[in-house]
Amino acid sequence: MGSEKRVKISVQNLNFYYGDFHALHDISMDMYENHVTALIGPSGCGKSTFLRCINRMNDLILGTRVEGKLLLDGKDLYDPKVDVVEVRRKVGMVFQKPNPFPKSIFENVAYGLRVNGVKDKKFIAHRVEESLKMAAIWDEVKDRLHSSALGLSGGQQQRLCIARALAMEPEVLLMDEPASALDPIATQKIEDLIFELKKRFTIVIVTHNMQQAARVSDYTAFFYMGRLVEVDTTDVIFTRPKEKQTEDYITGRFG
Amino acid sequence: MDKRKVIQSLAFGLFRMAALVNALALAILIYFLVKNGISAISWEFLTQPPRNMMTEGGIMPCIVGTFLLSFGSMLVALPLGVASAIYLNEYAKPGLAVRIIRIGINNLAGVPSIVFGLFGLAFFAISLHFKVSLLTGMFTLGFLTLPVVISSTEEALRSVPNTYREASLGLGATKWQTIYKVVLPAALPGILTGAILSLSRAAGETAAIMYSAAVFFTPKMISSIFDPVMALPYHIYVLATAGTEIDKTRPLQYGTALVLIALIFSMNFIAIYLRARMQKKR
Repeated sequence: MGSEKRVKISVQNLNFYYGDFHALHDISMDMYENHVTALIGPSGCGKSTFLRCINRMNDLILGTRVEGKLLLDGKDLYDPKVDVVEVRRKVGMVFQKPNPFPKSIFENVAYGLRVNGVKDKKFIAHRVEESLKMAAIWDEVKDRLHSSALGLSGGQQQRLCIARALAMEPEVLLMDEPASALDPIATQKIEDLIFELKKRFTIVIVTHNMQQAARVSDYTAFFYMGRLVEVDTTDVIFTRPKEKQTEDYITGRFG
Repeated sequence: MDKRKVIQSLAFGLFRMAALVNALALAILIYFLVKNGISAISWEFLTQPPRNMMTEGGIMPCIVGTFLLSFGSMLVALPLGVASAIYLNEYAKPGLAVRIIRIGINNLAGVPSIVFGLFGLAFFAISLHFKVSLLTGMFTLGFLTLPVVISSTEEALRSVPNTYREASLGLGATKWQTIYKVVLPAALPGILTGAILSLSRAAGETAAIMYSAAVFFTPKMISSIFDPVMALPYHIYVLATAGTEIDKTRPLQYGTALVLIALIFSMNFIAIYLRARMQKKR
């Protein structure tokens, strides 16, 4: 664990509703800069919903409502004055299934820059290369940057999607089960990547895979039925959790 | 043999027959048209106006007229239809207003084309002083094909995976950038197919243009959008109902029908080709 920890994201009494359904109950926790926080819990426990609150992706779903505060560097993301487009530029996201655009590999990574008004071709080319290198896929695609991204394998597509998110130089990277659709070798690559990326970004990752959470994360939060049961360092959660529910889930007694 | 297998092969046989009837109907129609109409087709037929009370000469003004009417109708229907579909599928919040709009579109699709023709005459030709003209025909056919354009565009938009939208918004794109740069390009083959299919629908339409745009015979070539036009389907109707020398006009009728069908088929083939090409390019 790093010596000096700075709170990057602070969640304070966050409640979330899908219409009448109260999906998240009074969540409060901090996430630290340049650390990986894993969100674990059984299906439907609200961990993905919580993740999608952090870049306001849930705004897209009709009839949803948020109460409480979600502070990024001390500023509430849900303040009415905040521009949601700006939030999503700062808080990048990698989705469960690889979802490259039906465009070339280059254009996929350049997309975020282009829609944010970057015109300088040299700068774009440089940033695309840099991002692909950071996502550890450059060597595999450097000779076919202008062919379709849909021709890549699933694991390559997911690393391309990571590169696409990195190109925006986000401050926070959200990952929603980024390896669940991938084979073990591709999963290994993504996990190695997370280890590298946390040097530059703050990472929040949702995972169903307990071993994965243990391997990649510094902090782990256990969600159950829309409530945050326990959050602590990954080491504590996996070796001496305070709550019985956490222990039961981790040891595979339910979930 | 197992009874279930017999029933299965019987059922499949029946379905195969049903499918074959479609192909057969088309084949018979084409055979009939080609057999009777091919003798009428000549360079003169395709490039000359009719002469001698329609008993001689060609159908060039009708080909030009049908072309202008059908492409013109798309100038009206495509922007309006695509814009409506984007609104309904991407922006509109479900509610009373959207329900009313949808009911409107569905009912528009059910209005008989002769009613569109009369509406075109009353509204565009008379109230808006467009006269019986190409312009009136463009608008009348445009509104006639609007529901088809809207529903095929909506279909195309719905087939764009939501993950594209989420990915784009997640990168800090605005909703409009997402639609313009990701959703529309992905939906384009579908939109184009719908457009060309409604184009050929407009090309074959008779009732909607007989009061609003088409005339029995016009000696001069069209020079402005306020001029009336001759059109292939209406020409067939005229030859079939108004001629006195039936023996002389009958081959011309078949010839005209053959040209119309060929025109519509080639449009449909272009649609299929374009769609295949765009899907491959991804």
